[in-house]
Amino acid sequence: MHELVTASVTEIAQAVRDGKVSAVEITRAALARADAKNASLNAFLHVDHEGALAQAARVDASPNRTGLPLAGVPFGLKDNLCTRGVPTTCASKILQGYAPPYDAHVVEQLRAAGAVVLGKLNLDEFAMGSSTENSAFGAVRNPWDTSRAPGGSSGGSAAAVALGLSAAALGSDTGGSVRQPASFCGVTAIKPSYGRVSRYGLIAFASSLDQVGPIARNVRDAARVLGVIAGRDSRDPTSADRPVPNYEAECERDVKGMRVGVVRGITDEGCAPAVQQAMARAREQLAALGCEIVEVDMPHQKYALSVYYIVATAEASSNLARFDGMRYGLRVNGDDLRDTYGKTRDAGFGLEVKRRIMLGTYVLSAGYYDAFYLKAQKVQTLIRRDYAQAFERCDVVMTPTAPTGAFKLGEKIDDPLQMYLQDVFTLPPSLAGIPAVSVPCGLTPERLPIGLQLAAPGFEEARLVRIAAAFERASGWAERPPGF
Amino acid sequence: MGSGYETVIGLEVHAQLLTRSKLFCGCSVKFGASPNTQVCPVCVGLPGSLPMPNARAVELALRAGVALGCQIRSHSVFARKNYFYPDLAKNYQISQYELPLCEHGKLRFELDGKAHEIPIQRIHLEEDAAKNLHGMGSGTVTLVDYNRAGTPLMEIVSGPDLRSSAEAEEYLKRLHETLMFLGVNDGNLEEGSFRCDANVSVRPIGQEQLGTRVELKNINSFRFVRKAIDYEVARQIALVSGGGRVVLETRTWNDGQGKSLPMRSKEEAMDYRYFPDPDLPPLHVSEAAIEAARRSLPELPERKRARYVESLGLTVADASVLSAHPVIAGFFERAAELLAAQSKLEPAAAGKKAANFLQSELLRHVRTNGLSAEMGVSPEQLAELLTLVESAAISGKQAKALLPSLLGTDRRPEQLVREQGLVQVSDTTAIEAVVRDVLAQHPDNVKLFRAGKTAVLGFFVGQVMKAMKGAGNPKLVNEVLQKLLNEGA
Repeated sequence: MHELVTASVTEIAQAVRDGKVSAVEITRAALARADAKNASLNAFLHVDHEGALAQAARVDASPNRTGLPLAGVPFGLKDNLCTRGVPTTCASKILQGYAPPYDAHVVEQLRAAGAVVLGKLNLDEFAMGSSTENSAFGAVRNPWDTSRAPGGSSGGSAAAVALGLSAAALGSDTGGSVRQPASFCGVTAIKPSYGRVSRYGLIAFASSLDQVGPIARNVRDAARVLGVIAGRDSRDPTSADRPVPNYEAECERDVKGMRVGVVRGITDEGCAPAVQQAMARAREQLAALGCEIVEVDMPHQKYALSVYYIVATAEASSNLARFDGMRYGLRVNGDDLRDTYGKTRDAGFGLEVKRRIMLGTYVLSAGYYDAFYLKAQKVQTLIRRDYAQAFERCDVVMTPTAPTGAFKLGEKIDDPLQMYLQDVFTLPPSLAGIPAVSVPCGLTPERLPIGLQLAAPGFEEARLVRIAAAFERASGWAERPPGF
Repeated sequence: MGSGYETVIGLEVHAQLLTRSKLFCGCSVKFGASPNTQVCPVCVGLPGSLPMPNARAVELALRAGVALGCQIRSHSVFARKNYFYPDLAKNYQISQYELPLCEHGKLRFELDGKAHEIPIQRIHLEEDAAKNLHGMGSGTVTLVDYNRAGTPLMEIVSGPDLRSSAEAEEYLKRLHETLMFLGVNDGNLEEGSFRCDANVSVRPIGQEQLGTRVELKNINSFRFVRKAIDYEVARQIALVSGGGRVVLETRTWNDGQGKSLPMRSKEEAMDYRYFPDPDLPPLHVSEAAIEAARRSLPELPERKRARYVESLGLTVADASVLSAHPVIAGFFERAAELLAAQSKLEPAAAGKKAANFLQSELLRHVRTNGLSAEMGVSPEQLAELLTLVESAAISGKQAKALLPSLLGTDRRPEQLVREQGLVQVSDTTAIEAVVRDVLAQHPDNVKLFRAGKTAVLGFFVGQVMKAMKGAGNPKLVNEVLQKLLNEGA
């Protein structure tokens, strides 16, 4: 097995560009590693040996290989990103046998940059969940402790990157779905500003919140991937027409004088003591880097959970209507059209998906729309305003990514509210449409990773990368799960 | 209605916008392609696909809105109308709901000498559904053709201000004609480019409150409109005056059976759960775009009619016929212009002559199909033909006789006249020779004329023209006859 297989994105790309190793060699090694170790995690739903080797050969043969930022870098994709001719399931039985006829925009971008897609990664069904236990194809295990959840919904992506099954991965984040699993698995993830990355080919959960984001083992790697996938796409009307800065270059800069906002009272409730201690430590480290710590108020943050479960479920109830057995995927024939719809969707969707479709259908129904959906949108505006006010006093806002370290598989699965509370810190930036990063900031006494979340104003990903990289250097984070 | 009831009608027209591609993707909207050959991930609603609005469709709807005097919303919002049906790939239709592109317009028309101004409540953009083909295979299978899915439509909703089926028909005809002149709709009823639903209710005359309405679907021909509405009105009046009540429902017009049939009752109607489509930012229309639409408006039929009457002196009937179709109107105006230039006629006189010939000779050969019209000849050909008449090279009769050989060809009338030796004889000597012959053959009639029975002149004209195979210049023939008959008296 090639030693570079567990190297960073930038190291692998450099080696392939310099001709020290071929993309095919790296890919063979990565596929072998994934084959050997996936059983312990259940991270990959599908490994595409043939496609990966073919892409690697194309990279090796490419005349401009030396200019490819992700030359030969092994990637995994959350299985809600469309891949041409390769099964794309959203971890749902309803997409049984479905292989899209096209690649998602981000997949095209990755391939054009020389990346090699090894396969598709497990998730909570349709990205709905915080533990990856809601997968129709079995839960993913946390590489730090396989009795524990990797977080979710991009649990497969975070676990695979943490254990070195791929150098980096793409996940999607609607309310914390790249950040919380990154926190649980001790890796870095960026949730870009809404509109920063095209959603074309990302199977929608909640269209107004969904963003594709990179997961990697260090900030620089994540920054490089973000630079590759960000930018305007003429097929997504919500993608922003703004220049893409050189994120990677931001990793070198110091953060002296940067103002870090700490939300008053935010970790008092519901946070594990280890998380509170890690936050206090992070604060000191940032202060030591020359950051100014300021306290900010976010009075409407406490409504984020309620707002999210109205807005996101409303959109989901409509987005998931197309899965009806008529054109693709699972079909269970009934007595007539209505019956076929019912039987197909009953058999195809899991419990959590059904719960959210019902919630969303309810809040959009005549007579309830104003009381729920419309009001939620108004409160969402207040949450945005909280941030706007906070950013008058600070450059970034810091919070924990999640209130605890990884919990046990099965611990919360029967209590949706407890599960939803996992997202209290990640939801507000999502609702505000602003970028946020999760970087490792320590371990609990059980040696479970803890994540620090930093949020910046819209389209200030560069600022996030800059402070996250500086923090990463200062904290000296180099922990890897057993078996890495 | 002599029954003591008043009819209240509101119309919803779905007009296909005249674009090359669909409302949210680049697929062609060409009619008649093999099933499912004009589709892509977007219009079959594949997972992960996203809609991208067609700027041209917005521009066309905007033009219609401006022409119909609507207020244009600078930020209109696409909304999802959620319901399950296989012709709806996403199981929701992208439409506009609370905040449509255009509102508060009007359509004016005259009917039986009375002016009407019907409010247009709104014009909004939406995507068409696919087409379900029932009874395929063994007869129990339904197949879906998604070629039509995503075709850009605008829905034009009138106020409940039409009071008879005749008004409804006139409204539709004027709207149809207006949209064609604007170039926003091809007007093709058979291909479903212009479809109409009618909301019909009745109420006792004098009552303010509206009666329970019935939505009539599938009125896709002007011929059906009156029949369908009259049937529905009679049905409702019979119900109400018999002590019954009208049920809020949707009915479909079955022309074969000559009646409307119930489709579904509104009491079991679905809740469409409209909400703003999160995939689509609000549609922004700038002041400049509205101004540009206003400036680009062509002359509409109503104005054309008035101009034809006032400055060309056409009758209202002729003006109406010639202004009812954009191709015919364009043809007429061009031919009249060319004729005036070539024949030195005054524009009004040239217009009148072109109009007369079009009306009496050419129009019966013209085939229209929606926006397209086969005129048979070009304005250049017609102008040349009429110029030959003006210069007395041929007679009007000869011009009429020549028309069939020009149809469908690009031959020049002048050349045709030469080939067929049809040049009008205006040579007095030649005419005199023929006249003398004719007079010699009919001495009795000559006597009669000279005895004062001048009515036999017509007989002589006919005989001379016959002898000259119609080529004699009628004016000269007349003059020579008069001269020679009176000479001998």
